[in-house]
Amino acid sequence: MLEIAIQGSKKYWLWIGLLLAVMGVGAIAYVDQFLNGLQITGMSRDVSWGFYIANFTFLVGVAAGGVMVVIPFYLHDYERFHRITILGEFLAVACLIMCLLFIIVDLGQPTRMLNVLLYPTPHSMLFYDMIVLNGYLFLNIVVGWKVLEAERNQIEPVWWTKPLVYISIPFAIGIHTVTAYLYCGLPGRGFWLTAILAPRFLASAFAAGPAFLIILCYIIKKFTKFDPGWEAMQTLAKIVCYAIIANLFFFACEVFVVYYSGIPGHLSHMKYLLFGLHGHNMMVPWMWSALILMGLGAIFLLIPKLRNNHVLLPVTCAMIFFGAWIDKALGMIAGGFVPSPLHHVNEYAPTLQEGIIALGVYGAGFFVLTILYKLATTVKEEVRG
Amino acid sequence: MMIKSRRSFLKVAGIAAIGMGAAPVMNLAASESQGSALPKMEKNEEALHAKRWGMLIDTSKLTEDVVEAIKDACHNSHNVPDFTIEPDAEKYSGTRPVREGQEIKWIWDEHFHNAFPDKEDEFLAERFHDLPFLVTCNHCKNPPCVQACPTQATFKREDGIVIMDYHRCIGCRFCMAACPYGSRNFNFRDPRPFIEETDPDFPTRTKGVVEKCNLCAERLAKGEQPHCVEASEGAIVVGDLEDPESEIRHLLAEHYTIRRKQSLGTEPSVYYIV
Repeated sequence: MLEIAIQGSKKYWLWIGLLLAVMGVGAIAYVDQFLNGLQITGMSRDVSWGFYIANFTFLVGVAAGGVMVVIPFYLHDYERFHRITILGEFLAVACLIMCLLFIIVDLGQPTRMLNVLLYPTPHSMLFYDMIVLNGYLFLNIVVGWKVLEAERNQIEPVWWTKPLVYISIPFAIGIHTVTAYLYCGLPGRGFWLTAILAPRFLASAFAAGPAFLIILCYIIKKFTKFDPGWEAMQTLAKIVCYAIIANLFFFACEVFVVYYSGIPGHLSHMKYLLFGLHGHNMMVPWMWSALILMGLGAIFLLIPKLRNNHVLLPVTCAMIFFGAWIDKALGMIAGGFVPSPLHHVNEYAPTLQEGIIALGVYGAGFFVLTILYKLATTVKEEVRG
Repeated sequence: MMIKSRRSFLKVAGIAAIGMGAAPVMNLAASESQGSALPKMEKNEEALHAKRWGMLIDTSKLTEDVVEAIKDACHNSHNVPDFTIEPDAEKYSGTRPVREGQEIKWIWDEHFHNAFPDKEDEFLAERFHDLPFLVTCNHCKNPPCVQACPTQATFKREDGIVIMDYHRCIGCRFCMAACPYGSRNFNFRDPRPFIEETDPDFPTRTKGVVEKCNLCAERLAKGEQPHCVEASEGAIVVGDLEDPESEIRHLLAEHYTIRRKQSLGTEPSVYYIV
């Protein structure tokens, strides 16, 4: 099946070339980081995780969001998702590969990373994160590939793909729950120490994942002969709508609790994000932009006339996707680490080189995504044509 | 293909068999002339032991000079880099400028409201405003850093010291996020160009690993008191918290003491007389 990926139009090769170039530049920037250490980043003693872990957290969500097409199709026989289920699964694969790459580029001693396997440590949440992330990646590759292959040969998928699909559903919930547990189980970090963190992560994941999938559907429709189906996209839009509203509601709950209780260790982080602390307010415009983007996005999806608008829908989805990215990637890291446990306010901004390395990882993710989607859409064209 | 791989397997197996056969002979030869080939492990009779090590800091005895002496004694003997110095241009050419906030410190001074943020008080006794409060790793009874570490590179010894294996640490910095006291440092860069005089008694670290106070475990093993205690002119006492007859327990019984962020349940082993 992989031979499909090496036959394509001029545009396809141009895009592949561009992605390879981005990956190459990222790799060069990474080699420098590998040799000289994480000093090239904007991270510090006080803000010890930065742009890499932020993007990791967000992309775990996008990967988990893929389950929003798997559940309706496999558990509720929702036929309209038949065509796009594979897109959700392959999106998860690409996102998980990016997640793993972001973890690797964040490590101070990447050559020692297998120590996590050599000395398995069940009291560390990272141990479980490793299991569920790799498990979910494996499940999606196997299921996606086998089902697509069967479709190409016009036969029923082999029987054991079904149980794997059912297992992948709790795994999807699991990857984001465990990722939230990395944060919310730490006693000294008031911003993360909240039981709503995992539910909130899932809500924003189920908004950002399907929102991105809708955008991808538009792109597929434009560049291939495969039509994912307008009804399927409309259903996805409704899922995004409810999920983003849930995310905003959970955020409002969080704001209420910290402000009404007024406990300084919890309040100071929220104050920093929304209004700035002791004159440090780098995050303020970002956080308000995120809230406005997500809020407006929710309204645009709630009103049927606006949701049904072919031109507005991708814009709305982009707004929600970007808003969720600011909220979960930038806000989660900055809010958690500022102020520090000793109540010093040291802000964080990524360096250019950090950004280039991150871009390289995104390039690798889109490279995988392009190839997998090329396979999926070509097979679907073949079968229909 | 099959035949080839079988042949190469047999080759390797043959060489391995020769090796296994040779080992007892070699050992025999070694033991004949030099005694046992195995290294001998002996306990140091002078080593200091405790059921649970703890530290008591008498803040009233700390002056700025003493604090500086303590920091220097600790950092110099543990090869903690000082990023304010200019590295030797010949030995370390092309050293990049140091980014702010990426410093390393094992023991340092903070204002009262930073060391004890949950005890911030607008009517705090005036003398506390300028007093230096020494902070370091608390060697918690329930250390969140140990819980977080995915490789057990950070672990708690039986005597309560929370210590690190710098060679196992993968540099994920989960422990730094977990520590409620900001006691952990990451080597964002190779620290060696910034060590003025390397102390050969303690290992230097490499880039990409975390480090922190080890309560001078290497000195306790030799029967010596930690560097900070020696430099403190009586302000710091280190001893066994579980031994009712120890000096630290007598001092704890006599004075009112506080610990940092007690409400978190980490059970710090560093006490402050205020």
